[in-house]
Amino acid sequence: MDLSILWFVLIAVLWTGYLVLEGFDFGVGMLLSLFPRGTKEEKHAERRVLINTIGPVWDGNEVWLLTAGGATFAAFPEWYATLFSGFYLPLLLILLALIVRVVAFEYRGKIASAVWARRFDVLIQVGSWVPAVLWGVAFANLVRGVLLDADHQYVGGFWALLNPFALLGGLTTLVLFLLHGSLYVALKTDGELRARARTFAARFAVAAVVVAGAWAVWAQVAFSVAWTWAAVAVAALSLVGVVVLNARGREGWAFGLSALAIVSAVVLIFGSMYPDVMPGLDGGPSLSIADASSTDYTLTVMTWVAVILTPVVIAYQTWTYWVFRRRLTTADMPAPAGLTWKKVRDALGGSDTPAVKPSDLA
Amino acid sequence: METLDLARWQFAITTVYHFILVPLTIGLAPLVAGMQTAWVVTKNERWLRLTKFFGKLLLINFALGVATGIVQEFQFGMAWSEYSRFVGDVFGAPLAMEALAAFFVESTFLGLWIFGWDRLSKKVHLACIWLLAIATNLSAFFILAANSWMQHPVGTVYNEATGRAEMESIGAILSNSTLLAAFPHTISAAFLVAGTFVCGIATWWMVRLVRSKKPELVALARDTYRPAVVLGAIVMLVAGVGVGLSGDAQGKLMYQQQPGKMSAAEGLCETEEAAAFSILTVGPWDPTCDDLTRVISVPGLASFLGTGHFSGPESALPGVNDVQRDMEARFGSVDAAGNPISYTPPLGITYWAFRLMIGLAVFSAALALWALWATRKGRLSDNRWLSRLAIVAIPMPFLACSFGWIFTEVGRQPWVVAPNPTGIDQVRLLTEQGVSTAVPAGVVLTSMVVFTLLYAALGVVWYRLIHRYAIEGVPEVHDESPEARAGDDDANRPLSFAY
Ligand code: HDD
Ligand code: HEM
Ligand code: HEM
Repeated sequence: MDLSILWFVLIAVLWTGYLVLEGFDFGVGMLLSLFPRGTKEEKHAERRVLINTIGPVWDGNEVWLLTAGGATFAAFPEWYATLFSGFYLPLLLILLALIVRVVAFEYRGKIASAVWARRFDVLIQVGSWVPAVLWGVAFANLVRGVLLDADHQYVGGFWALLNPFALLGGLTTLVLFLLHGSLYVALKTDGELRARARTFAARFAVAAVVVAGAWAVWAQVAFSVAWTWAAVAVAALSLVGVVVLNARGREGWAFGLSALAIVSAVVLIFGSMYPDVMPGLDGGPSLSIADASSTDYTLTVMTWVAVILTPVVIAYQTWTYWVFRRRLTTADMPAPAGLTWKKVRDALGGSDTPAVKPSDLA
Repeated sequence: METLDLARWQFAITTVYHFILVPLTIGLAPLVAGMQTAWVVTKNERWLRLTKFFGKLLLINFALGVATGIVQEFQFGMAWSEYSRFVGDVFGAPLAMEALAAFFVESTFLGLWIFGWDRLSKKVHLACIWLLAIATNLSAFFILAANSWMQHPVGTVYNEATGRAEMESIGAILSNSTLLAAFPHTISAAFLVAGTFVCGIATWWMVRLVRSKKPELVALARDTYRPAVVLGAIVMLVAGVGVGLSGDAQGKLMYQQQPGKMSAAEGLCETEEAAAFSILTVGPWDPTCDDLTRVISVPGLASFLGTGHFSGPESALPGVNDVQRDMEARFGSVDAAGNPISYTPPLGITYWAFRLMIGLAVFSAALALWALWATRKGRLSDNRWLSRLAIVAIPMPFLACSFGWIFTEVGRQPWVVAPNPTGIDQVRLLTEQGVSTAVPAGVVLTSMVVFTLLYAALGVVWYRLIHRYAIEGVPEVHDESPEARAGDDDANRPLSFAY
């Protein structure tokens, strides 16, 4: 096979890894605002459980995005250049969202104060809702085609990216991630939380069938090629399967199928783009795989690197999920590990009264 | 301002910011790994307390390093798309390798380390922090390979047909002489940052506890903080020597590879033998060759740094005017728009950045020597001035690192990919040619303002958290490892750590 086509597939694989893994992170992040029930304290405790279901893994999941970015740069420089300069503003919004999200996860528990935690909860939510929609908008535009000039520069402007098809695409990733995240919560929690997560999943599954179905059929009819109907069919069957299996309490299988639905969406997206990496709008100038690709030498080097390292990455990431396989409930949460304001004040109180209790010395 | 100026400001702001966090991560991760190793080996609880204490500080820093790194990965495409088109075939590879080989390890094993205290056996848990430490250093290697290629392109050919640089040998790029000098320099600088950080905080605590005169607090100072003071001071001394030796190697290479950079840093205008190293030069804010006045200088030292000879014909250094003439002859004197090209980097910034990079290390050196002296043979110190020096010294190597990069990058101007003087001349790009053409200035202005404000806000939170955790002191600890609680019921126990 031509190496540039192999790399087109590999980039699709990296995006699949990203959207499947960070998809449920985004879902869990969004659920912070929808899911918790009860008093303020109970809600706070439930949010904490949600965050900790993804605590050990979200950072590793995000690196799939960085790798997709770096690999696009290496394998298709023109694509990297045109896409990210052309989609500058949406990408900026995504980056801002991801920045606050990273910081919010790590800093949220650093001070044991409800006010402090609530502020960072808001940032986690912003950081999850915004990219969940915008990735869909961006990919839908790639499916639809974008206005390029003869030098492969994007000249369509920002507002053109917000067309109805793209907005429906944004809604599609949104519901898919909400569904995926609910199933993940059902898989990783126990008791009442687990049951409630399944109720959420049931609702989102129906929404996903409708929204994602409408978008996929539109994409298929207006912009794609015959064989990607197969992807649409797999996605549809997976989502129906999710409804059935979720109702029967088989969260693991249901989660696998929602992942499969996301995989199918990526296949649909990349299948309809092929043989371009950025199809032209209405048959206008496009950026093809051949135009965008690096030289054979670079692709050969990168292929070796990817072939050796990717399985290793998948192996240790899988192991991580195994290590943290235990289901969580509010009872599992230890006392907050962060500093309390009072301890801090004591420590600040004069240089001769350090915040060390004699019991520390035992 | 035009897109070009804004894009430069944006890149400078976001990258320098990223690199304030980076050296602390690179240096502190191995030091924390070392502390945890000491705990596992000696079973002495003081090392566990230090591991948790500095580990928390590492995590606070790491988070912001990751957050600002995400921007780095994309901003070449966003604001520097023409640069990306030109170099992508070569430059993308180390970036992708960095993600695959280093970032995945970093992020995954960090998660395991944070949450794994009670899940993983002691040895496996220890391996996690070591993998993290190794991966941060590996990531530095790959990104510096990319940067060194911009300073000194090797292993590349220019393709006339596409007008782009194409990779010819990945081996040459990963063994670039510039990289082999810049990597040890940057890593030593990172250890200097982390050593100063550890020694500074521990010294401040030691003095504070000793001054309380309460026997149990003095005992804590002796038992727990003193070892950290000594560890930090030794790391600083070794790293300081490393920084000096590797920096010296870089200076000599630079005279061969980018003569304009060092000449600018020396304010040297015409070829000179036995050129002096000036410690203080005065002139206007943005000086030209005509208005520099050297006030204090060390004879022959600049020549020695650049060539290894204090005097004689071998010690001759070219001046920026010579470089300008030479470059004009090779690359033309006007750019595509017909404007004259200045091949001289901004003299003032280059000159001062170089001196501040070196000069600020004085604080670390002073702290290391005084701290070692004050703690010799089991002693403690209650010297207020030592504690003040410790606090003042902590930020200095951070600043030195920033100035090092400002020197490296500003001194490379007007090039973004500097031409390699010994051969592949066609592989070169002026900074002004690299900027995105499809992005309007207003858009870049927006992103620059937003990044700056967000980074400033996050910087405040970062600083306050580091500060709070530092003045909280070493935490109480107990051994949570599976070995230590063998036999208890796994299923009903709360987690030892959760966000
Ligand atoms: C010499 C070292 C060095 C230099 C010059 C840079 N970085 Fe960096 N970067 C690191 C050393 C590092 C690190 C030590 O590996 C970090 C810092 C803190 C951290 O969490 O990892 C990191 C984090 C980091 C991340 C997040 C990784 C993650 O999620 O784990 C990205 C995407 C980048 N960097 C990308 C870049 C790019 C594109 C740079 C070029 C302009 C750059 N960095 C300069
Ligand atoms: C692989 C790593 C790096 C790459 C590829 C890179 C690339 C670039 C590029 C494309 C520019 C724009 C040209 C310009 O503005 O003049 C630039 C400028 C700059 N970079 Fe780097 N850089 C890297 C690392 C760093 C680091 C780590 C720092 C410091 C923390 C840094 C500091 C700067 C500064 C201060 C400028 C502005 C120079 C000026 O505008 O005159 N760079 N760099
Ligand atoms: C004896 C003292 C030092 C000498 C002779 C020296 C020399 C140099 C030189 C020549 C460069 C430019 C390399 C290039 O542009 O290709 C450089 C860059 C740099 N320096 Fe220093 N340096 C010294 C001390 C320090 C200290 C104390 C720090 C920080 C703690 C530091 C951090 C850096 C950094 C981060 C860079 C940019 C990365 C790189 O190009 O390696 N240096 N140094």
